[in-house]
Parts: sequence; C-alpha cells; structure tokens
Amino acid sequence: MSQVHRDDIGSKMGMWLFIFTELLLFGGLFITYAVYRYLHPEAFHLASQELDVPIGTINTIILLISSATIAMSVTAIQQKKKKLSLGLIAATIILAAVFLVNKYFEWGAKFDHGIFPGSEYLDQLGYGDVLFFGLYFFMTGLHAFHIIIGMVVLGFMYVYVKNDRLTHDNFQLLENGGLYWHLVDLIWIFLFPLFYLIA
Amino acid sequence: MAEEKHHIISYQKLLGVLGILIVLTLLSVAITEIELSRWATIAALLIAGIKSTFVLLIFMHLRFDQRIFRVMVGLIIALVLVVIFITMLDFMFR
Repeated sequence: MSQVHRDDIGSKMGMWLFIFTELLLFGGLFITYAVYRYLHPEAFHLASQELDVPIGTINTIILLISSATIAMSVTAIQQKKKKLSLGLIAATIILAAVFLVNKYFEWGAKFDHGIFPGSEYLDQLGYGDVLFFGLYFFMTGLHAFHIIIGMVVLGFMYVYVKNDRLTHDNFQLLENGGLYWHLVDLIWIFLFPLFYLIA
Repeated sequence: MAEEKHHIISYQKLLGVLGILIVLTLLSVAITEIELSRWATIAALLIAGIKSTFVLLIFMHLRFDQRIFRVMVGLIIALVLVVIFITMLDFMFR
C-alpha cells in the first residue's frame, strides 16, 4: 500500500487562517455596532427590550451544548468509538436545527410586529431603531447563515466518519469541522449580550 | 507515522467546561436583569471574554496544540482589539 502524504498541522493551520478572516469580518461589524450604539444609546436600549431574552438564552445554551457534543465526537473517534462519534455529530446537527427553528419563531414574531428592515413601522420609530434592528437582522442573519454552512460541513463529516474516510488516526478533517462550529459558537457568545442584554 | 501523539480531551473535562459556560451565561443574564447601569454591559462583555477563553483553550484545543497556534490566535485577537480601539479613538476625538 502506498503511503498517502498528509499534513495534519498544516491542515489545522489553514483552518485557523480561515477562522481569522471570519473574526475580522465580525470584528468590523462589532465596530459598526459600537459606533451606532454610542450615537443612539436610548434607542438601542429601548429597541433591545423588544428582543426575547429567554429565547436568546435558550439558544445560547443550545449552541454551547452543540459545541461540547462536536468536541466530544473528536474524543470519541480518537478512542475508536465510531458509533458514539457519529451519534455526537448527528446530535450537533440536530441542535443546530433546533437553534434555527427558534430563530425562525423569533424573527417571525418580529415580522408580525411589523419589525423588519425597511418596514413602515420601523421607519416611524426613528433612526436609532432602524440602525439597531438593521444590525440585529444582519448580524444574527449572517450568523444563522454560518449555522447552515456548519450543518452542511458537519453533514459531510458524518458521511466521512461513516465511510471510514476519517478514522482514529486520521481525524483532522473532523477537528477542522469542529473548529468551524466552535467559531459559530464564539461569535454568538458576543452577539447575545450585545443585542439581548443591553442595560 | 512520525506524528507526535495527539492529546485526547476526556468527556468529563468537556462536560465540565460546558457546565461552566452555561453557568456564566445565566450569570450574565442575571447581572443585566438586576443592575441597569453601564457596568452591567461591561460585566456582560467581560463574562463573554471569559467564556470565549474557555471555548478557545479547551473546545478549540488551543491549550494542547503547538505553541504557534496560541501565538497566532493571540496576535489576531490583539489585532482586532487594536483596530476597535483605534477606530473608537478616531470616532470620539475627531
């Protein structure tokens, strides 16, 4: 059998470099948020009270659990527990879906109240509210988009582990998929207090 | 293969970190519900910082990886913070 060349550390480093670009992307958005919040403190405070803190908290905990399950799937595959690893990847994808369902109801409730980008109701409220909800929908929407991509990535990981393309001594791809998922969690850790918990 | 042995994180450790993260989340919610000052926002961000440190070091494996990864991540976080700081300075004192 010929030895296939593999560079796990290089692979991981590539993943981290990609994660850095994501951090800079969201970092820029957080700067935008900080400036507009500084300009419109009252409007941001009042507008954030429209957001549903219990749903936000539940979604935060769902993402944290999913981060733990994907980390455990890496542990499981290293211990040659293929079934457990598959189960944990599947659990992560299901938790991601639950997060999106909650998001759907959360956004749906906003839409029912006439709060969405460009709505007449929002225009009447004033500039600060337009900015708050514009940033809210854009940043949580971009984050939700990352969740969907993460579900696709982890779906591939599930198939690879199932087909033994990833095994106990060749699991870097699963770890990279996990890194992406943790990034999604990391971004939400900051989105949650900045939008839901404005004092 | 001449790779160094890969560190395996135990389930207990991962679940322990998960427990800490959930407690910190509830704490940040409680703080902002009770205390309505700008300090609550700072506290919530501080807690978010502690939470992300746990995620980076344990879940994202940085604590057990080669030092180069910690250096790279540290530099990028510093870069993001410096960019935020300079932009805010420029914005507030222009």
